[in-house]
Amino acid sequence: MAFNYDEYLRTEKMPTLWCWGCGDGVILKSFIRAFDKLGWNKDDTCVVSGIGCSGRFSSYLDFNTVHTTHGRTIAYATGIKLANPDKHVVCVAGDGDALAIGGNHTIHGCRRNIDITLIVIQNFIYGLTNSQTSPTTPRGMWTVTQKAGNIDPTFDGCKLAEAAGASFVGREKVTEPRKLEKLLVQAMEHKGFSYVEALSNCHINLGRKNKMANAMENLDWIDSITVSKKKYDTLSPEEQMNKLPTGILKQDKEADEYCDMYKEIQEVHQGKRGKITQDDFEKKI
Amino acid sequence: MATREVISTGNELAAIAAVDAGCEFFGGYPLTPSSEVMHVISDLLPKKGGVAIQMEDEIAGVCCVIGASMSGKRALTATSGPGMSLKAENLGLAQMAEVPLVCVNVMRGGPSTGLPTRVSQGDILQSKNPSHGDYKSITLCAGNLAECYTEVVRAFNIADRFMQPVIVLLDETLGHMHGKADLPTLEEVQAGIKLRKTFDGPPEEYHPYECGPTDPAVLNPMFEGYRYHFTGLHHDKNGFPTEEIETCRKLIQRLEDKVEAHKDEIESYEEFMLDDAEILIVAYGSVSLAAKEAIRHLRDEGIKAGLFRPITIWPSPAEKIKEYTDKIDKVLVVELNIGQFHSEVQRAAARLDIEGLFKVNGRAISPYEIVNKVKEL
Repeated sequence: MAFNYDEYLRTEKMPTLWCWGCGDGVILKSFIRAFDKLGWNKDDTCVVSGIGCSGRFSSYLDFNTVHTTHGRTIAYATGIKLANPDKHVVCVAGDGDALAIGGNHTIHGCRRNIDITLIVIQNFIYGLTNSQTSPTTPRGMWTVTQKAGNIDPTFDGCKLAEAAGASFVGREKVTEPRKLEKLLVQAMEHKGFSYVEALSNCHINLGRKNKMANAMENLDWIDSITVSKKKYDTLSPEEQMNKLPTGILKQDKEADEYCDMYKEIQEVHQGKRGKITQDDFEKKI
Repeated sequence: MATREVISTGNELAAIAAVDAGCEFFGGYPLTPSSEVMHVISDLLPKKGGVAIQMEDEIAGVCCVIGASMSGKRALTATSGPGMSLKAENLGLAQMAEVPLVCVNVMRGGPSTGLPTRVSQGDILQSKNPSHGDYKSITLCAGNLAECYTEVVRAFNIADRFMQPVIVLLDETLGHMHGKADLPTLEEVQAGIKLRKTFDGPPEEYHPYECGPTDPAVLNPMFEGYRYHFTGLHHDKNGFPTEEIETCRKLIQRLEDKVEAHKDEIESYEEFMLDDAEILIVAYGSVSLAAKEAIRHLRDEGIKAGLFRPITIWPSPAEKIKEYTDKIDKVLVVELNIGQFHSEVQRAAARLDIEGLFKVNGRAISPYEIVNKVKEL
């Protein structure tokens, strides 16, 4: 029997505002399947999104949903999670949302290792607002703000997340929806901050001016720049340079989760334990 | 009315007040001269099972507070002018999505980094419209140590009543003032807590933003089976984005009218020696303490001055101001800015001949400066 997505969707909000052939729908469906697999309750879950095409993700899902200001998903989600540590909080942000305007919150969400799953829909461009350069736009590509060709160096959100302290980091792509679903299950099951980059196409606002004006061309390009983590590790630095590894890139199941740590703070103030000292931590600096 | 005597600072009292009023969440960022609010509440909240978190910036400070409030918790942030500027966009979201919160602003010299450790009242107009767009801001202003407590308590009740942010203005002088305050008892404060309304019918009949033209939204806490949507976009009765003409117009009009129609519930002011006054001084915040001292001196010399002190700054007690300015010829507004509330007094009085005594060098106004100015009138 075909999977019934309707149970999790606000079907009256369909069709989505996403363009024909957009990968965001694939991510939405992969998320729903992952959620269903986890068996979580919609009432116990909050989905927080920001601004951009990805921002509409939350409004299509029949959960507790929050559509925040640009870049601030993790900051809102941190309040929701800390105030309700037994509930599930999932953030959805675009590459501009999570890595440009909201970069600071991404860094510190990762650093705190608070139990939130962040799905970054990475399509290499500002899609909703018509083709402005994103921190992930490949160099040399056309953007509406760099019609001469993008000179801005790009950066890798997964490496950022890893360095900042996220205890789960992974990447998948819309051309592999089953793998994406599996990665999302692992990320949401993981206790701690999980950073999932979902590579998606924007053939309209990235592809059109960069020789991949239909969805298939854009998707083929995504396939051409990605390689599994296992294979990536066998490549030379030169071969790795223009490839993005997919799969689980980091998982640390031992890292302290922030809500758990905050309970210790509460216990100190409630006289249930002594003050927290350096001796409580293996890694101090 | 039973009271309790406390020796404390304005900032500490603001933090204690929040906890006494049932605040369960604090998010903020260090900002002189407000930081002591965060220092104090970081000890008080976890003791009671609540959460106080120092976020990565001012923006995150207010965002996490909005998030906590969406889930039904009373929540506080505290800052000063530069932080208010950074929080502005998200205070706008809280206005639009009708999420209650209290924001304490301990005013310092501005603009920009200004005079971080010195007093000012330069954020009066900012607090009227911190964010872009149309909405009706609610701003309360403490005028003495006790009010650093009582106005924060009142702010929480007003925020839940009107479902929007309430700004409480302190200033550096009050925030760092250390002295005795007579406070209402904890029992009285707790008995006065009025939490936000909730809907308890079946979820399919719940429409959080479907309300009368002067009513606030009824937002049930998250995670209780009423799944709806928060957004900063124009939205329909269930919180979903819409551009439908009438829905958009009604929403924004309601944000204005829900406050305007019930401003008598918010209005608060003090009348000091006004019964026979021939000179009206308008002052608020710490300046009002100097004004009262000046009035005592002036009266000793036979000059009948009196003070009108707005406690609710926005919406301003305009009718009451007009009542006095219609009666009294000589009106002097004293404030630590270049006439930010002076212009409101002019508007309320419909008079341009309102005098001003303004100071913007980070120093307090002394009673003698006021005495001398009054004698010049």
